[in-house]
Amino acid sequence: MSKQAPVHQGRLKTPFYSRLEKLDFVNEWHQWKGYSSADSLYCSDTEYFAIRNATAVFDLTPMTKYRISGPDALDYLNRLVTRDMAKIKPGRVAYAVWCDDQGQVIDDGTIFHLREGEYRLCSQERHFAWLQAAAIGFDVSITHETDNIAALAVQGPTSFSTLNNMGFEGLADLKPFGLMHVDFQGSELMISRTGFTGDLGYELWIDPDKAEALWDALFEAGKLYGIRAIGTDALELSRIEAGFLAAYMEFLPADETVRTGRSRSPLELGLEWLVDFKKPNFNGRRALAEEKRKGSTWRLVKLDIEGNKTAHHSYIFGQEKTNKPAIGFITSAAWSPVCKQNIALGTVRAPRGMPGDTVWVEIYYQREMHWNRHMAKATVVDKPFWFPPRRGATPPGPF
Amino acid sequence: MTDQYDAIIVGAGHNGLVCSALLARAGKRVLVLEANEQVGGAAITREFADGYSVSACAHLLYQLQPAVRKDLKLSPRLACEDMTTIALGENGKHLRIEDKRIEGVNKEDADHYREFRKRMTRFADLLRKFLNKPPPRLGTKEFKDLATLAQLGLDLRMLGKDEMRAFLRLIGMNIYDEVTERFENPLLRGAISLDAVLGTHLGPRSPNTIMTYLYRQAGDHGRNGIPAGGMGSVSNELAHVARSEGATIRTGIPVKRIIVENGRVTGVETETGDRFDSFTVISNADPKRTIMDLVGVKHVETGFTRRIHNLRAKGNAAKLHLALDGLPKFAGLSKKDLAERIVIAPDENYVERAFNPAKYGESSPAPVVELTFPSLRDETMAPTGKHVMSAVVQYAPYDLKGGWTDDAKAAFEKVVIDTIARYAPDIASRVTASELLTPVDIEREFHISGGHWHHAELTLDQFMFVRPVSSSAQYSMPLEGLYLCGAGTHPGGGVSGAAGRNAAKTILGREAAA
Ligand SMILES: Cc1cc2nc3c(=O)[nH]c(=O)nc-3n(C[C@H](O)[C@H](O)[C@H](O)COP(=O)(O)OP(=O)(O)OC[C@H]3O[C@@H](n4cnc5c(N)ncnc54)[C@H](O)[C@@H]3O)c2cc1C
Repeated sequence: MSKQAPVHQGRLKTPFYSRLEKLDFVNEWHQWKGYSSADSLYCSDTEYFAIRNATAVFDLTPMTKYRISGPDALDYLNRLVTRDMAKIKPGRVAYAVWCDDQGQVIDDGTIFHLREGEYRLCSQERHFAWLQAAAIGFDVSITHETDNIAALAVQGPTSFSTLNNMGFEGLADLKPFGLMHVDFQGSELMISRTGFTGDLGYELWIDPDKAEALWDALFEAGKLYGIRAIGTDALELSRIEAGFLAAYMEFLPADETVRTGRSRSPLELGLEWLVDFKKPNFNGRRALAEEKRKGSTWRLVKLDIEGNKTAHHSYIFGQEKTNKPAIGFITSAAWSPVCKQNIALGTVRAPRGMPGDTVWVEIYYQREMHWNRHMAKATVVDKPFWFPPRRGATPPGPF
Repeated sequence: MTDQYDAIIVGAGHNGLVCSALLARAGKRVLVLEANEQVGGAAITREFADGYSVSACAHLLYQLQPAVRKDLKLSPRLACEDMTTIALGENGKHLRIEDKRIEGVNKEDADHYREFRKRMTRFADLLRKFLNKPPPRLGTKEFKDLATLAQLGLDLRMLGKDEMRAFLRLIGMNIYDEVTERFENPLLRGAISLDAVLGTHLGPRSPNTIMTYLYRQAGDHGRNGIPAGGMGSVSNELAHVARSEGATIRTGIPVKRIIVENGRVTGVETETGDRFDSFTVISNADPKRTIMDLVGVKHVETGFTRRIHNLRAKGNAAKLHLALDGLPKFAGLSKKDLAERIVIAPDENYVERAFNPAKYGESSPAPVVELTFPSLRDETMAPTGKHVMSAVVQYAPYDLKGGWTDDAKAAFEKVVIDTIARYAPDIASRVTASELLTPVDIEREFHISGGHWHHAELTLDQFMFVRPVSSSAQYSMPLEGLYLCGAGTHPGGGVSGAAGRNAAKTILGREAAA
């Protein structure tokens, strides 16, 4: 008789759950790919300031991770993503985007060149079916390893000092988008200088068995550097400040859209720098070359908006009057405490939305139950809202 | 030094030959490279035993498109045409089925048969129009596509409202329902079922087997003929026409790969390492072989690769060739009768049951058979006084459980001979040599992935606008310079020439537009 497999009830807990639970005062959790993930642990504002002023620790175990290896791994990745992966040497990490045959973005993510010919691909969403389909005819193996690796983001100006305090040799020389392997209590710990906050920061990757020990050591080392655990609310604010895209916000994964025109190409998301037309083939190349010739339909914009009312869900207009159709809409919006700016990401009809252009944002806000409407002037900006020099500095220096 | 051609065609199957002739006539410098020593692909005549020849795969000519005949001024010499189909019954009680007439059934069936044929002929004539033009692209605003689409709609509408509805309803239906509703006689039901499923991985109860039935009628109204000298003579005539138009055809030269440089096709490399250059490469090989093996998936995209990978293309038809030291004696049939087309499909359920095991990777214990004795029509096929039998046998699935080992082949051959022996008990004693070609043999010898008659299953999800797969139904593949022209493209297989002709027209049309 075969044994009945145990049925997992409810959500999965990450290997750091026992530690997060102790720090949790508000009991605000949501589901992230089957795992419990905290929105916030005590106060998202305080957590946010840990990112910008100290060391913030975020549990990113639920992030989707695939191991890609085999003799054709490079050829495989080079057809999968739009950028040239031959340039990403072992020990380096690449931000990348991948498209369907129509050149529409399926997702973006990071690809870690762990060792010669061995890669890890990380993304917000799951993509096993697509990665498998893309493997037809290639000698590669693709393993889903989300559950096999515990991962933490350690972000903020004192994150280097915190980790350095743990005695990791060579950390000072680790450049942005670099990765290194060190020993942690007899296990291999991977440290990459990557993150989703647009600040100085690292990500740690380890065997789940060592997760709690790593957490404890990390918090011990960070005591003097203001270390704090954070939830997704604080992270989300920092990612908007950094101008990073999020699936289901700035774009829908192309394979999830039903209506035509609801997906986006990398060119429409401001990711042309990731599209290497010098590569003879990659998925979506034909369609993207055609789009480049004919012009895109949409353009992603970063907006600096007048006033302090956040532009959640707003329409974007080409002029203050709304007698002409809207030219686009806001996809993410926030008041940025660190920039003291009313910021947003949005999508507008090309060729509108060139850097420097003025547009108008129709903002609705509530005062004592009653709704008010306000047309706010906004400027399209080119650079991320938040890009401190320390993010790129090697060695990062102590704070 | 390498040679630069206007077009290189990989494979000299009959479709490749038709395509090459039309391109050469338009003034193109065309090179055809064929892996086998003979031209014709699955349409060849070859010796299978000392002094005994046979049409190796295709043995009956019924689908050669009138448009192809006309364009290339073909006049294949026939050893016979308009053959009667004899459906074998128990105790010598057989049916004789002709295009419009039938012998051996009651008056009601005979009347129904006439009606049925009339209707099917009308639909087949409509279908033939579809088969002889490239399918229009859907969702474009190109005038040509819209015009073709409009014409197809108009042709449909010309049938009249009721008939148009009937047509659209029928093509998705199965032949089983049709024959059981219309006819009483089991032999008649069986014979029509057989015509619908021959060459497919479908049983009479599978969807769209009325469409496959119509497809078979959409050449010469289903009239069967045997070319003098076997099917190879049709291919040889095509090669002759192509050469006289200026095409170069070289045999015994397998192409190892289609060369892709900077995202476009630039030529081919042969197994022996020779390189031939052309910015247009047209593959007569099946879609899977072309994309997966000859081009390589790294040069095409994922969605497309997945569709090609998932293309259903596993053959189920085997061919049995027998060298006979004399004609077997069939109860109730004269020697003259043996020169006709003989089928073993005693009723529609027999055909469906023959198909059942194939779903599970087993061959039929009681197979359906279409057999001919071509030597009765053409003395060149066998030594004087001796004969050959050429039979299509179903079902012999490509992926037979345990594989097509010598033992499995011997066992299946015995099953087929025993099946025939039910009507001709002395057949086994007449056999002096034999050849069984399973789909695996056909794959190996004719370079057809899966050994499939049509290169890709003929079902509605792989038909017309989506043949071989969606977004590549216009012979042009999503890789600059690469085209297909074989049975795996619209409209499908059979010795028809439609795919080769449509492909040539598309390629020439594109050039004219450019
Ligand atoms: C068992 C069987 C019985 C059949 N009976 C009939 C019948 O009675 N009547 C009928 O009308 N149809 C019949 N058919 C179907 C018919 O034979 C085919 O549909 C038709 O011949 C296909 O023609 P084609 O030119 O498209 O392809 P093919 O005839 O398959 O030609 C493709 C050619 O490409 C060549 N090639 C492939 N790869 C390479 C390479 N890498 N380099 C060089 N050359 C290459 C092959 O060698 C081959 O010659 C039968 C098929 C089978 C399998």
